Amino acid sequence: MSEIREVIINSDRLATDEYLVNMGPQHPSTHGVLRLLVRLEGEKVLNIQPHSGYIHSGIEKMCEAISYPQIIHLTDRMDYLSAHMNNEAVALCVENALQVEVPDRVKYIRTIMDELARLASHQLWWCVFGMDLGALTTFFYGLRDREHILDIFEETCGARMTVSYNTPGGLMFDIHPNFQKRVKDFIKYFRTKLPEYDRLLSGNVILRERTEGIGHLSLSDAIAYGVTGPSGRASGFSCDMRKHQPYSAYPFVKFNEILDNRCDTFARYDVRIKEMYESLNIIEQLIDNIPEGDYAVKMKGVLKLPEGEFYQRVESARGEFGVFIVSDGKKNPYRVKFRSPGFSNLFALNKMTKGHKIADLVAIMSTLDLIIPDIDR
Amino acid sequence: MTNEELLSYLTGRFADAEIKQGVQYVEMTVKAEDLHETAVQLKETDETSFDYVFCLTGVDYAENMGIIYHIESIKHRHTMVLKVRTADRVNPAIDTVSDVWITAKYHEREAYDLLGIHFNNHTDLRRLFLEDGWGFPLRKDYVDEIRIVER
Repeated sequence: MSEIREVIINSDRLATDEYLVNMGPQHPSTHGVLRLLVRLEGEKVLNIQPHSGYIHSGIEKMCEAISYPQIIHLTDRMDYLSAHMNNEAVALCVENALQVEVPDRVKYIRTIMDELARLASHQLWWCVFGMDLGALTTFFYGLRDREHILDIFEETCGARMTVSYNTPGGLMFDIHPNFQKRVKDFIKYFRTKLPEYDRLLSGNVILRERTEGIGHLSLSDAIAYGVTGPSGRASGFSCDMRKHQPYSAYPFVKFNEILDNRCDTFARYDVRIKEMYESLNIIEQLIDNIPEGDYAVKMKGVLKLPEGEFYQRVESARGEFGVFIVSDGKKNPYRVKFRSPGFSNLFALNKMTKGHKIADLVAIMSTLDLIIPDIDR
Repeated sequence: MTNEELLSYLTGRFADAEIKQGVQYVEMTVKAEDLHETAVQLKETDETSFDYVFCLTGVDYAENMGIIYHIESIKHRHTMVLKVRTADRVNPAIDTVSDVWITAKYHEREAYDLLGIHFNNHTDLRRLFLEDGWGFPLRKDYVDEIRIVER
């Protein structure tokens, strides 16, 4: 019997021809409308060609026709899980261009909301990562906890995902009187639940077998392909904008940039889990110290940026998000470019997957945490 | 290097380029024919070692097309902006830098897709988001037929 097995595995006679498979655009593991053209030899992946654009919405073109406060509402629709960070990037970019200094209260609230959004995003990522590997339980645990954050968002700004809470010069409204209490309750709750994530999935033998040593992305490749965020940091690429270009209240808090040198799928998993603990630490340092003051500075009715080019980098939940505004002095921008983290991360997929089995492709893609509207814009 | 050091270093090194301190970053404008050589030098020289392109933007400047590279050195943690203009606006072409910085390959595809900038020697210059035969929507003279942008 074992001889037969040997023949099946090693025989050239049974070698199959190369063939092409379309994965997507409607495939559950692509988490949206993305098509991967996969060249296979048996189950081995030889090459991947991503085809995107199924939900290209021309956001950059639309921005050229609208005013700066309006742009913020479009950025929600790109990476809908990092909506608050995207809003903040535009708001900061406009504030820097107009040399407006926002009150400390705004900085603190923005940072707390950033970290809540990051937590919610990582929770959803954890849900679907388990599900992609066939562990449906994680989906229910993750969504249960994420609901608490979305409720806080809803109470604060009326929306659960497309928050649009930022505006040039501050925030749309002040926080709800319940905000601090609810956030503190949530931290207390989630501190007890987060170790459950490790107990449920991190130590699981099947998960370890399917992730350790799979999807290697070296440090030099991560830099060359511009893979940022937790995916880049799992390759040892120190790219946390919160550390390197601190904005809002990040200069006031102590936190660690999570780096890992294992470079594989499990490292990317581990970095995100550890980042959730860091996010809780950051919120804890800020939540009791929100200074009194205004929640926004008075801005002009029509904002006109001075002529020039302005760039703002922030750390969204999946990497470095950048806003580049070219202004010609009018009330709407001449050109807006969004540097979305998912775009650069996607194209490293081919490098990481080459030579692995097609089932590993699903696991590797899941740890890149792609959001398709973020890529297509 | 700080911005001032970078400014004086680049001024001494690239005599033909136009170098100034912008709002945030040091900005260097090079001639189209010097682009590839400059990119190689910026990346390979130890003092600069710009190895990470974090943004690549194409802009339609009405008389020509501009391409703006935001680059950073992970080793030295300094950042600069590299700029170049094409000679022609209708059929703009420029040398690719995708052999220097791999990530530029995909950002250049996006610039080709949305602005119609042709990158010479690019190994895989195809449309990225839109179909073949679609216009180039980020050009200023693009006609928005279904009037989704301007009403």
